[in-house]
Amino acid sequence: MDRVRIIEVKQSVFADNDRRADQLRRELKERGIFLLNLMSSPGSGKTTTLARTVELLKDEYKIGVLEADIDSDVDARTMAATGVEAIQLHTGGMCHLDADMTRQGLDALVAGDVELAILENVGNLVCPAEFDTGAVKNAAILSVPEGDDKPLKYPLMFQVCDVVLINKMDVAPYFDFDLDRCREHIRMRNPDAEVIPICAKTGEGIAQWADWLRGQMAAWRG
Amino acid sequence: MHELGIVFHIIDRVERVGRENGLEKVSAVVLELGEVSGVVPGYLTDCWRWAAAKSPLMEGSELKIETLPAITRCGGCGRDYPTVAHGRTCPHCRSGDTWLLTGSEVDIKEIEAY
Repeated sequence: MDRVRIIEVKQSVFADNDRRADQLRRELKERGIFLLNLMSSPGSGKTTTLARTVELLKDEYKIGVLEADIDSDVDARTMAATGVEAIQLHTGGMCHLDADMTRQGLDALVAGDVELAILENVGNLVCPAEFDTGAVKNAAILSVPEGDDKPLKYPLMFQVCDVVLINKMDVAPYFDFDLDRCREHIRMRNPDAEVIPICAKTGEGIAQWADWLRGQMAAWRG
Repeated sequence: MHELGIVFHIIDRVERVGRENGLEKVSAVVLELGEVSGVVPGYLTDCWRWAAAKSPLMEGSELKIETLPAITRCGGCGRDYPTVAHGRTCPHCRSGDTWLLTGSEVDIKEIEAY
């Protein structure tokens, strides 16, 4: 019988993806494409927030949107209706996008002249935080009905994001949601994260969020 | 769901190591899993059985999981304590200025092969 060989690997499962994500980021820099990865739970208002954002910025930048879902194309249709190029990615049952899937989506977006590409990740606070997509910046949405304790329960998501949008501020009076407590919970996990309260439905805070995005894009372009 | 994505990444990596080393058959993959990695070992081995069966190199192979303890260090008093028992608040000085030293690993340790 053949002798069993032991091959030492000693490497994180995420190492390959991290390397591919870094490679994608370098290529995006060369091509002048700013990729934003937008993450949140299902139903927190990613698509509505995105539609508002696109409305405000589409005359300034050439925008393309990647919609990632397990199934359906409803989000891509919603985004296409705003007048930007949108494509739907199906993850085939997977709960997140990795760097390779993101690259395929960007290629399909004919990203040649897109300046701002926004990836709407699968609605999930766990897995998307673990897999680097190659995005330049990561944003998370936390909506008021989800509760101000979410940063405590899903710490990694709030550690990896550069900005947290607190959405659905219009219904705050009806929920046991404390904005200051929420800010504090985010700060404990990630002191550098910007926190912007918004309401995608009424448009509250969207101008501030758009300013943040403009600033990040300008800084990245140098 | 989460575990399935991780399994796919492990399989990609092991297939690459297999090609580089001219392996014919992998009998086991040893994974080091931190106590607070958020990965459920039972789900992982279920996903493994299903996904490894599709790879000629890994069909029938075993996923061996070694658990690594989670240890947190306190910035307040400088001491270390077990994370699972005490969470983010230091049991010695009650400080919340703490950070995880080990316990979030999802590492491929080694591959047993012919």
